[in-house]
Amino acid sequence: MASGLTLKELSKQEDRFTHGHRMCAGCGAPIVVKMVLLATEGPVIAANATGCLEVSSCISEYTAWKIPWIHTAFENAAATLSGVETMYRSLKKRGRIDKDVKFIAFGGDGGTYDIGFQSLSGAMERGHDMIYVCYDNGAYMNTGIQRSSATPLGADTTTCPAGDVVPGKLRSRKNLTKIMAAHNIPYAAQASPSHWMDLIKKVQKAHSYQGPKFLNIISPCNRGWRSKTNDAITLSRLAVNTCYWPLYEIDNGVTKITSTPKEKLPIADFMKPQGRFKHVFAPGNEWLLEKIQQEVDAEWEKLQKEAKCG
Amino acid sequence: MAKVVAVTGNEAVAEALRQVNPDVCGIYPITPQTDMMQRYASFINNGKVDTEAVLVESEHSSMSACIGASAAGGRVVTATSSTGLALMWEMLHIASGDRLPIIMPVVNRALSAPLNIHGDHSDAMGARDTGWIQIWSENGQEAYDNTIQAFRIGEHMDIRLPAMVCMDGFIISHSIERMEYLEDAEVKKFVGEFKNLHPLLDLDKPKSYGPLILTDLFHEYKRAQHEVMTKVKGVVLEVAGEFEKLSGRKYGLFESYRLEDADIALVILNSAAGTSKDVVDAFRDRGIKAGLLKPRLFRPFPYEEVAAALKNTKAVCVMDRADSFGGYGPLFMEVSSALYQLRNRPALINKIYGLGGRDYLPSHAELVLNELDGIAKGGKINVFKEYIGVRE
Repeated sequence: MASGLTLKELSKQEDRFTHGHRMCAGCGAPIVVKMVLLATEGPVIAANATGCLEVSSCISEYTAWKIPWIHTAFENAAATLSGVETMYRSLKKRGRIDKDVKFIAFGGDGGTYDIGFQSLSGAMERGHDMIYVCYDNGAYMNTGIQRSSATPLGADTTTCPAGDVVPGKLRSRKNLTKIMAAHNIPYAAQASPSHWMDLIKKVQKAHSYQGPKFLNIISPCNRGWRSKTNDAITLSRLAVNTCYWPLYEIDNGVTKITSTPKEKLPIADFMKPQGRFKHVFAPGNEWLLEKIQQEVDAEWEKLQKEAKCG
Repeated sequence: MAKVVAVTGNEAVAEALRQVNPDVCGIYPITPQTDMMQRYASFINNGKVDTEAVLVESEHSSMSACIGASAAGGRVVTATSSTGLALMWEMLHIASGDRLPIIMPVVNRALSAPLNIHGDHSDAMGARDTGWIQIWSENGQEAYDNTIQAFRIGEHMDIRLPAMVCMDGFIISHSIERMEYLEDAEVKKFVGEFKNLHPLLDLDKPKSYGPLILTDLFHEYKRAQHEVMTKVKGVVLEVAGEFEKLSGRKYGLFESYRLEDADIALVILNSAAGTSKDVVDAFRDRGIKAGLLKPRLFRPFPYEEVAAALKNTKAVCVMDRADSFGGYGPLFMEVSSALYQLRNRPALINKIYGLGGRDYLPSHAELVLNELDGIAKGGKINVFKEYIGVRE
């Protein structure tokens, strides 16, 4: 398993999320899942919220999952997995299972920030031993790019379209990583597939703690972001380097920025390659770009202060 | 040796669950079920059982967790009422679609609005198309007995379906009755060890639960669910036969009360059947051949057997403690479908009674039986569906 953290070492490992899935070319989600599973040693059971990943990875008699996997509905991956994990504890206590098993839930931002928020909060509060991984692509992509509470300020989606009167989404994102940390769980972190070593270390660290852990991983969607099919990694790196998606962890209450950009780039660098922000650069919408930049700066400042305090 | 006790319905069902000692239990409060699951939580925290509880944050999560636990591989229970069952609705279909034998006592209560915490059958009737087996209970004894039998029925290797055991909120859940408990060892032996089928926790043979299935195979999956339902009646009778040997208490698909030679009959579920039986007796004393049919297995509904039991009657009233607004009461629709297959059918009327815990009185049964007597003697039907016991 993930003994040495080199690409060469990792490439020798067995894929537990295999080829044959039907995710779009260039989607970030299967990269995220692959990395998370590469960083996971030993037996693991996964749960999946309804969404792109789920509908594209297990269809009729075909499955891309080489590990036990369960999907039940949209809003309850955490609750479903909490049941699996509880049965595991019960059978272990009764001597009917002896292996040590890890548990990972995967959900998109719609299934995590919005409709699955309550069941996620409940599972975290109850202390189930699991990692909940949100692959955050910033909208309901599976149903055709609708606004979620993870959709960034200014973005054009099909339910907050950039129109003549309203220029896309006028509300800011929910800061779910911090909300999860506020449950006083042992570990919450943000990661990006562009920074694969950071991501893998975070998964390994999360597994090292008993109890509920939360990982928020940015996952570019070229369909929804209106970007090129080959720039998922480029865009996720720009998200980090513009401080739109800072890489940090809250480890038992201690905030640490795990990768600081050498040079903090303007947010426009992240937005320009994405068609969903095209209107923000149109004459008359300068105020919106300015507001987005101010917001990113303010959040970054806040995070740095929190990290200084430890 | 049976133990004679005086307990509430909730207490009796909690006791049945204690004797079964399932692997996982989903717990969430809702009146009037709360008292059952808090008793169970007390069993856990006092070491009377070694079940692992999931103390969920909603009924939706309770059923989700139960589905996860059942798919993982093991015996799973939860309990609910009313809006709690309604909140589970989406997941009820998933439990049955995934063929997971979760057992769930349902303490029947009205659905909002207006908000009402008392007993009627709107909750479970609203869940009748979810693919669950439904077993209904007149009193605490039946609720206790049905709960124990439900494990054998739902978990049967030919069935593998979730089952709900219904009893009336407050009227049964909170009333103290005399009843008999089986010995712990007898219950343990009767329900037997849980047999796994495709557990997620079989790590050497990974399974994927909950695929996307579109037009190619979905229809076949649903037909399989339909077909398994046709086998349930046989298993219910087989389990009832074994249970009778153990307890001396006889159960069937429904109870026929003085129905053999009856001219007029009531079809009525749960606690109100008890009240009605006294009135049936009073009519018999007056020389009127009255009878009663109390359904026990509502899903799957035993159409042929119900038709056979009612075929010689002249007039029947189906009493519903729930309404399908704009339609007949849900029980009426089933009995009506059953009787349609008969060449000579009794006259059939529908009364809606007791919503939101409105008392069902002997005088109500008397009024209905008198009306049926008039119809049986050649009188005409004035109204097919009518609310009774209404304040005007």
